[in-house]
Amino acid sequence: MNAPKLDYALLAPILIVLGGALIGVLVEAFLGRARRTGVQIGLALITVAAAFIQVIRIRHSGSSGAAVLSVSIDGAGIYIQGTILLLSLVGLLLIADTDNFTAQASAVPGSTQESAAIIAGKQQTEIFPLTLFAIAGMLLFPVATDLVTLFVALEMLSLPLYLMAGLSRRRRLLSQEAALKYFLLGAFSSAFFLMGSAFLYGYSGTLTLNGIASAIHTAGNNNIFLLLGIALLSVGLLFKVGAVPFHSWTPDVYQGAPTPITGFMAACTKAAAFGATLRIFYVALDGASWSWKPMIAVVAVITMFFGAIAAISQRDVKRMLAFSSIAHAGFILTAVVSLNNHALSAALFYFVAYGFATIGAFGIVTLVRDSAGEVGDLNRWVGLGKKSPLTAAIFGLFLLSFGGIPLTAGFIGKFAIFSAAYESGNIYLAVAGVLSSAVAIFFYLRVIVMLFFQDPTNDSVSVVIPSAMTRLAITICAIVTIVLGVFPSLILNATNTFALFTR
Amino acid sequence: MSFITVLGLLPLVGALAVAFLPKSNEKLTKQVALATSVVVALVSILMALKFNTSQGGFQFVESHQWIANFHINYAVGIDGIALTLILMTTILVPIVFLAGWNESEGGRWSVKTFYILLLILETMMIGVFAATDIFLFYVIFEAMLIPVYFLIGGYGRGARAAAAMKFLLYSLFGGLLMLAAVIGLYVISTNQIGGSFDLTQLSHLTIDKPTQNWLFLGFFIAFAIKAPLWPFHTWLPDAAKAGTAGTSTLLLGVLDKIGTYGMIRFCMTLFPDATKTFTPVIITLAVISILYGAFLAIGQKDINSLIAFTSISHFGFITLGIFAMTSQGISGAAFYMVNHGFSTAALFLVSGWMIKRRGSSQIADFGGLQRVSPVMAWSFFLAGMSALALPGLSSFVSEFLVLVGSFGKYPVAAILGTTGIVLAALYVLIVVQRTLHGETTPGNESLTDLNLREKIAIAPVIAILVVLGFFPKPVLHAINPTTAVIMQNVGVSDPVAKAGK
Repeated sequence: MNAPKLDYALLAPILIVLGGALIGVLVEAFLGRARRTGVQIGLALITVAAAFIQVIRIRHSGSSGAAVLSVSIDGAGIYIQGTILLLSLVGLLLIADTDNFTAQASAVPGSTQESAAIIAGKQQTEIFPLTLFAIAGMLLFPVATDLVTLFVALEMLSLPLYLMAGLSRRRRLLSQEAALKYFLLGAFSSAFFLMGSAFLYGYSGTLTLNGIASAIHTAGNNNIFLLLGIALLSVGLLFKVGAVPFHSWTPDVYQGAPTPITGFMAACTKAAAFGATLRIFYVALDGASWSWKPMIAVVAVITMFFGAIAAISQRDVKRMLAFSSIAHAGFILTAVVSLNNHALSAALFYFVAYGFATIGAFGIVTLVRDSAGEVGDLNRWVGLGKKSPLTAAIFGLFLLSFGGIPLTAGFIGKFAIFSAAYESGNIYLAVAGVLSSAVAIFFYLRVIVMLFFQDPTNDSVSVVIPSAMTRLAITICAIVTIVLGVFPSLILNATNTFALFTR
Repeated sequence: MSFITVLGLLPLVGALAVAFLPKSNEKLTKQVALATSVVVALVSILMALKFNTSQGGFQFVESHQWIANFHINYAVGIDGIALTLILMTTILVPIVFLAGWNESEGGRWSVKTFYILLLILETMMIGVFAATDIFLFYVIFEAMLIPVYFLIGGYGRGARAAAAMKFLLYSLFGGLLMLAAVIGLYVISTNQIGGSFDLTQLSHLTIDKPTQNWLFLGFFIAFAIKAPLWPFHTWLPDAAKAGTAGTSTLLLGVLDKIGTYGMIRFCMTLFPDATKTFTPVIITLAVISILYGAFLAIGQKDINSLIAFTSISHFGFITLGIFAMTSQGISGAAFYMVNHGFSTAALFLVSGWMIKRRGSSQIADFGGLQRVSPVMAWSFFLAGMSALALPGLSSFVSEFLVLVGSFGKYPVAAILGTTGIVLAALYVLIVVQRTLHGETTPGNESLTDLNLREKIAIAPVIAILVVLGFFPKPVLHAINPTTAVIMQNVGVSDPVAKAGK
């Protein structure tokens, strides 16, 4: 038996990140605690940057057989990898503020052990290798082209996230609950994904996406195994992207997880999961679109309206952002239904626009604190515009971008996605998207009113002075949000060129 | 760079300059802002002088690629109607600055922020009338809500935050409907001519009737909210009451014109068939607006909401003129927009001074101002006369043109509209009588008259109202060729009176 041929240059971004993660584990084992944090931060940043450089270097090459038939490095794959790496880089800058993480994860919340660990200044620096493992999984997920590799990538990106969700320094119980919930529901959805894969294998006799596509072509698209497979696979994917009715974990996990992790997770997981979703539906299930298009379309419409309406009543900023992310998942799902290259290109743009605004917004959430730590309660954010005008203004900018106000990146993203939906003939999706945007704008504005038009009260919060890295991260996010709003051509050209799945 | 781009950039430069001034020196801030707006006004007048009034098409055209992937261009150009509206804007802004010299104080934020917001708004107001690329128009149309929102909410009176929110939500909702229509139009253009947002190119598309109707509605509802037309008007009185006199002037005088301007520029140009389909409905709405606005104005107790309701009535007239689709009607409506801008400015600014001096905006609190502050009282009187379209003042000319223009086609609407004039006399004369005439009521004895700054601010407005009343030719001269082009585009011509009729 011959060894499988691997195209190492094309796989290098994934391998670099995995390598960095392994070195990170070794650092944990062999380096003294005093220097660990600094080394881990540096290592993680360098690793992700190196992987990004490698992505840039291979941007014009590509192969559908980078690792036998399991990985296809193509335009869209390369672009999504690049996006994930850039978002991770900014996300890591937030994670680098280790004050957000527990001193000792294994200690029972509120125990003497825990306070001892805090006093001793302990740090769970494992978050950095864990983040790298998650990133490696995210890089693999959107380029994997067989169902087993997809599943492995899915687990690889999920497992570290389950753990990281439980590492919050404050409100430990909430954080642990979030982790457990995420893990249980995630495991459940993985089972659905696996079951779907089994049915598709039973139907087509192959695990590769191309094989399934040709099976649909030859064996017909009205087979109970195929339909069951599509349905179950969709459940797994819709869970990961946080679409209604598989969204219920999102607000709890977003709220409980350490805020920098929430930002990272919201931005990068969404890009990776949607990358894979788009690939599966565009490449493998294209021929059976009659069966899933109406379903996904309904899910998309419900998701965007549910997210927007549920967000209105939220009092916690992280929960509000969670519901907003659900609404955005609905918007991106329209790109899945549109099933054309413009929609793919629009989704690629959306990942960047949404991702940076999300990380930036959660970055600001980490700054708004009282003596007991972060304050999520929106009622205590009132008057922030008076106390810290710049912070409030930047947060307002991200909200406007989420809301899709012109001259922000979010507007261009919405415009691109809705026009692709219209173009594909799904006019109702474009109209639903526009109408739900109108609802969504209401709650973004509500927050802006609280920030700027109400006077600070006695128990209002204050903004801590951000660390240099947090400041850098938020600045980058704000700049990207504005620049892409005014000069979207800067990356629209790229999204157009790269919007391609090789089959 | 064409004239318009320069004109549009100037306020932005001024805003930048203001941004770098020290926060403590409020006087300098105001002076720089005023100087900027005066320069803008002068440049716009220069542009008007260079404008060739014998042409109907766009002039000073400029186009650059902006977002190539979506065929979006930075494309500007002005025709007669756009020119007059831009001129109105650039002349009103320095007047507003001068008139409301102190209204930026006591706001939620600094004086500096106030002027930066206003100057940014001026850039956008120029841009929105000059844009010939629909995407560009839409972007400015939506983006300009943000400065207005902060101007009302941050510097206004009373329940300012709530009013600002209501204004923003209504406008954004309309804007989003328009966005759906813009996207639809773009996709249709992609299928037919490879994608474009250029107004002229889009007007040559062939769109089937049902689609055209939907797209028309997307644009029209956005504009009807903006204008505002009954039943989309409820945000206006609140916003007008809450805004500072200057903000309300710009809001009703300029921003609301985007609605009626949009009806001419986009609804009629892009969807001529749908325009004809919906004309009866719109004419009905216009007449309802005229009467509803006038009736409610009579009953108002607050001066600002009175002005807001008179405006709803006047926007009814403008809409009636536009959709009568005769050359007199459209020209009259376009001229009406300009006159209404100045006449509302006069009303808001003078009533703003009255309210500031008296410390109340209730009509009942005033009385006998004629004796204590004659100049202020006379200014208010003239502004009121302009609102009721007294012959000799410019609004008379336009109201007359609108009614004459619509009578030929829609006699019932025109006759009902005429009763609006009678009601106008009522609502203006009642407020004039209560506030200005009679014995000076307690609390008004020590009101001071207009100072020099205020006199300088109001003088040009009144001069324009009078001069254009006697000599409307220059403006109509600029508007008429454009009207002809629009009518040709829609494919209508003036009804010819049959012999013996």
